[in-house]
Amino acid sequence: MSLIHASAAQLLTQLESGEITSVELTKACLAQIDAADKEVGAFLKVMTDSALEQAESVDARRKKGEKLGRLAGIPVAIKDLLCTKGEVTTCASKMLENFVPPYDATVITKLKAADAVLIGKTNMDEFAMGGSTENSALGKTRNPWNLKCVPGGSSGGAAACLAASMAPLSIGTDTGGSIRQPASFCGVVGLKPTYGVVSRYGLIAFASSLDQIGPMARSAEDTAILLEAIAGYDAKDSTSANVKTPAYSQSVKQPLKGLRLGVVKEHFGEGLDSEVEASVREAINVYKSLGATVTDVSLPHSKYGIAVYYIIAPSEASSNLARFDGAHYGHRCDEAKMLEQLAKERAALEASGDEKLLGGLDTSLVRMYRQSRAEGFGPEVKRRIMLGTYTLSAGYYDAYYLKALKVRRLIRQDYDAAFKNVDLVIGPTAPTPSFEAGTKTDDPLAMYLGDLYTVTANLAGIGGISLPCGFSKSGMPIGIQLQGPPLAEERLLQAAHMYQTATDWHERRPELS
Amino acid sequence: MSESPYEIIIGLEVHVQLATQTKLFCRCSTKYGAPPNTQTCPVCLAMPGTLPVMNRHAFELAMQTACALNLEIPRFTKWDRKNYYYPDLPKGYQISQYDLPMSQNGYLLISDPKGQFEPRKVRIIRAHLEEDAGKSMHDEAAGKADSRIDLNRTGTPLLEIVSEPDMRSPLEAKAYLTELKLILEYLGVSDCNMQEGSLRVDANVNLHLQTPEGKVATPIVEIKNMNSFRAVERAIAYEAERQYEVWQETKQKIGDVPKQTRGWDDQAQVTRGQRHKEESSDYRYFPEPDLAPVTTTEAEVAAVAASLCELPRQLRERLESQYKIPAYDADVIVNQGKKTVDYYESLAKLGGDGKLASNWVQQEVLRIQKERGIEIEAFPITAERLAGLVKAVAGKEIDGTRAKDVFAEMLDSGKTAADVMKEMGIEKVDDSELENLCRELLEANPKVVSDLKEGTLKAVGVLIGQAKKKNPNIDPGTFRQMCIDLATKM
Ligand SMILES: [Zn+2]
Repeated sequence: MSLIHASAAQLLTQLESGEITSVELTKACLAQIDAADKEVGAFLKVMTDSALEQAESVDARRKKGEKLGRLAGIPVAIKDLLCTKGEVTTCASKMLENFVPPYDATVITKLKAADAVLIGKTNMDEFAMGGSTENSALGKTRNPWNLKCVPGGSSGGAAACLAASMAPLSIGTDTGGSIRQPASFCGVVGLKPTYGVVSRYGLIAFASSLDQIGPMARSAEDTAILLEAIAGYDAKDSTSANVKTPAYSQSVKQPLKGLRLGVVKEHFGEGLDSEVEASVREAINVYKSLGATVTDVSLPHSKYGIAVYYIIAPSEASSNLARFDGAHYGHRCDEAKMLEQLAKERAALEASGDEKLLGGLDTSLVRMYRQSRAEGFGPEVKRRIMLGTYTLSAGYYDAYYLKALKVRRLIRQDYDAAFKNVDLVIGPTAPTPSFEAGTKTDDPLAMYLGDLYTVTANLAGIGGISLPCGFSKSGMPIGIQLQGPPLAEERLLQAAHMYQTATDWHERRPELS
Repeated sequence: MSESPYEIIIGLEVHVQLATQTKLFCRCSTKYGAPPNTQTCPVCLAMPGTLPVMNRHAFELAMQTACALNLEIPRFTKWDRKNYYYPDLPKGYQISQYDLPMSQNGYLLISDPKGQFEPRKVRIIRAHLEEDAGKSMHDEAAGKADSRIDLNRTGTPLLEIVSEPDMRSPLEAKAYLTELKLILEYLGVSDCNMQEGSLRVDANVNLHLQTPEGKVATPIVEIKNMNSFRAVERAIAYEAERQYEVWQETKQKIGDVPKQTRGWDDQAQVTRGQRHKEESSDYRYFPEPDLAPVTTTEAEVAAVAASLCELPRQLRERLESQYKIPAYDADVIVNQGKKTVDYYESLAKLGGDGKLASNWVQQEVLRIQKERGIEIEAFPITAERLAGLVKAVAGKEIDGTRAKDVFAEMLDSGKTAADVMKEMGIEKVDDSELENLCRELLEANPKVVSDLKEGTLKAVGVLIGQAKKKNPNIDPGTFRQMCIDLATKM
């Protein structure tokens, strides 16, 4: 098998045995990026030089017999919202087009310690807000299975680069489904870990209480290897879970005897595409054939998931994004022009004698904030900041934010109740396969429904994984989602691997020119 | 004093910088006076992606303060974000505590040993932790309207202590602040340096007036920028008069106009209206999702309460009863701070006379400290050495006037009281020697004897002068009494 299609597990064996070198592997990935990324657009930045340097250094150290990290020599792609020291980190926003962090995110530090080769920064929806990567201000990403279609979002680039065999592993983030939904759209594996399993330090925040970094790969085994490298308690993140990291890469191959799966009733209702439903039902049958018992479970409050999410996430985002004000971080408007314009407005108002309007005119500081943010943020980000500012404002807080917090608790309680009877719940990852670019951009609400089945895991803080389970007639991948109780990542990965030993959906690759 | 036409209602908000080495949510130094932006890191600069981590020590200092102010410490407290835009606020929000502060419902007792106001219990609504903002420096003088931002201060731990409007005069406000500062200093939770901004006070002031229609309240004004307790006292007094004048003119009552913020101009000794802040007052508080709530156990709080040092109030009471000194003396000594109390206690114990020791500390030690502008630690005579002198005075080996000469000689020489007294030829005159001298002088002055017999006691004065010439070491008081006793028996 060609290097670029091989799994990380295979590549690690080959690297260790000396059959291949990291430089060969890295060059192969870079060549594939060169060949295919003009059309796919998965990367915002390819770190060619530093990746090759890193690969050479790993090879040299391996030759000398030095002890190497867990991912020694394996290329990993990074979603462009993880701060990477000395590398532009943009969040796919004009706001941060030139932002070079002076520090590494904890996940980056861990990847470096594991001797991974950081191959590039992947495209995403601006500030991780969106479900199709069409909200990127810096580039277009297309689905490798059909270049007319979207790769999903917000980790669209992270998923697309895997499907297009540009890297064996990639890092995504998931706030409402942003790892699992693009994994499903691109036919790869994506895991959103339990909140706190992976440190958020250095992840440019969208919604702090929902954001979680997670591994993306082409198989459950590779996902386990990557999760093991990035998970772990971090004193720099107060919300980090202080638990020992299991040896996911070891346990992933142990089959689960007597696995009890719960089929989420609410995930098979209105809005579910029939082809998706058929594939998911078929996947459930595969599990049955592997000895799993399947029962129906109910998550009665999941129907409020999207509503709750679109109150909590924008609220937190409105606050998290306040630091991009032109004074401290991010794009600043052209001050000379701005002051000139302001002076003109003032003169006009003075001439008109309208004292009230004159009194309400911006000070230069306020105008600077206003204009910098107006220029730096894209429409989806602005929409959510407006929403969040509204729901947090005095007089609306109780009706929206506080109520959302209450329902969030009920959603978690639904899961707790379900997991008393089953080990994992199962259902579709997304209601539809990928769609053609541009078809939903004018309808944000329709786009929001893409997170219907994933968002409740973020609200409950539990883990979920998406794996390929079939294709639509038009040839687009379909994903199945497994969700587990808090800290049940080992179980999720084992169950995913179990499925992949019986099926080969995850081994299919799109044909690219 | 004529009856004031109004009653002043005062509530104080005090921001105290806690004495931690590092900031509230990162490990940058909090040291004062470093060059701008040198004590910063990605976290306190609000670099995208960074996260706060609470400084446990700051929380412990806050708990100590809360215990000392009789505040209840709930088992669960959380952090909130207070959102607003300002150039010195890099995150665009301040991490503070909103609806579940780390302590609430306490009080502070204040009183005045001079009796200028009745003792009062000032209730404290809450004390909560928050981070400080940075500093904007506006270089408008250069004509460029250039603004620079120093973020060294951002993230410095502050405890905001909010009182009920329970104070009724500038003097009471000053007493509250003085006692609060003293407590903070005794606990060692803050250095309370107002110049460096470790202690900042905002005062909420309005008036209650009796009118034919009943009692009315004037609109509340918040006074800021006061950088000494004297300034607080004066600002409140000024503001009360100003509000009274405004009232007479406008008859505006509370609620008629929004709460106003005024700054104290120390040069001009006036309060001035401040420009409206360039932000709305809707801070959009919500729970800080990046920080875990803080839980404390009853045992932890009890341990903190038990570990507190003696607080000023207890200390005053103990000094009064243990050393038999008046309340006024205890107040003066305790208000000097813990080190002076320690000095006094050693002096009183070793010198064997609490009141004498108190007099010496108040009159001589404090006088020298003031003259030389030194703290008690730098006072040249140790308590042990000074105790030698106090003991000599208490044992009547030396009279008060000569003792002051001895003190002057001891001050910078490092000599003991005994050595100085020896050099000066001061020794205790024994009773038989004193009696002989007394008889000798009485016999030589029969007129004095007859005067004394008739009860004209002041006649003895002549003899004291003569005796002092013959032996400068005699104790005039003892000699006087002895002469009177002997003469009456003659
Ligand atoms: Zn710092």
